[in-house]
Amino acid sequence: MKHVAILQFPGTNCDLDSQYAFEKLGCTTSIIWHKEEELPLDTDLVIVPGGFSYGDYLRSGAIAQFSPIMKAIIAYANNGGKVLGICNGFQILTEVGLLPGALKRNIGLHFISKFQTLKIVNNSNDFLKKCDKNEILNIPIAHADGNYYIDEAGFKELEDNEQILVRYSDEKGNPIVVNGSVTSIAGVCNKTKNVFGLMPHPERALENILGSDDGVKMLEGLIA
Amino acid sequence: MTAIVNIFLKEGVLDPQGKAIHHALDAMNFEGVEDVRMGKQIVIQLTSTNKEDALKEVEKMAEEILANTVIEDYTIELN
Repeated sequence: MKHVAILQFPGTNCDLDSQYAFEKLGCTTSIIWHKEEELPLDTDLVIVPGGFSYGDYLRSGAIAQFSPIMKAIIAYANNGGKVLGICNGFQILTEVGLLPGALKRNIGLHFISKFQTLKIVNNSNDFLKKCDKNEILNIPIAHADGNYYIDEAGFKELEDNEQILVRYSDEKGNPIVVNGSVTSIAGVCNKTKNVFGLMPHPERALENILGSDDGVKMLEGLIA
Repeated sequence: MTAIVNIFLKEGVLDPQGKAIHHALDAMNFEGVEDVRMGKQIVIQLTSTNKEDALKEVEKMAEEILANTVIEDYTIELN
C-alpha cells in the first residue's frame, strides 16, 4: 500500500480533500505540519495541497517556501521522489525553484472558481500516464494567481522536454484564455519528471455526482 | 538606517493590475496616461550604520524572498 504525505501550512485548505482522495484510491496518508523537518520514511508521494499558505502574503507561496519541511521536500525531490503541487502547492513549488516559471495575478484580476476543460498535452510521465494524449478532462479550478509565466528560452525547454502537462482548452481541445497563462499552460513538471504542478484541482473531481470523476485517472498515475 | 525596496514586474511581463488601473484612469477621463505599472514597496528598518554592508544584506533579502526574480525587478534605496 502506497503512503502519501500531505503537507499542511497555516492557510492550507485542501489538505483534507487530498487525504480523502488518496484514501479513496487505497493509499495510507499522513498530514505533515510545516514545522516538521522530516517526511515519514515510507513516503511514496508528497502532495503540496491548495489553499492560501500564509494568507498569500508577499506573493502566493513565497513565505511557505521557507517553512522547515521544505528542506526535506527539496531533498526528497532531488533524490527522485515524486511531488505533486496543486494550486497553491504549484505556486510554492515554483517559488522554491523545484518547478520552472512563476504564477502571476489572473489577467482579468478575478478569482476564478468553476469547472474547466483541460487538454492532456504530454502523458510521458508518472502523473498522466493513465490519461491519453489530447484527452479532454473536466476538472475544477479555483485561483486568483494562476497566470503562468515563463520566458521564451524556458518555454522552449518545456516544449522540447515534454514538460507541459495540461492546457486550458475548450471541449474540442483548442487552447483558450482562462487566466492569461503563456500558451494556456495549466500545469508543468520538472526536467526529470518527478515534480509536478498544476492549478486545477484533480482531488475535487472524484465522483460524478459532484460533477466529474476525471481527477481519478490523474491521481491514480502517481500511485500506480 | 532605512532601506526602501521597490518591486515591479519586469519590462515585457504583462502587469494585469497596472493595466486595470490604466483602464480606470482612461474611464475617468484622465488624459495623457501612457502606461501604468503597479508594484509594491517594502520599508525595512536596519540596525546597521554601514551603507555598504546594509546594501549587501538587503540585496540578499531581495534576491532570496522579497522579489521573485523570474518575473520581478527591484530597486533598493538607503536613507
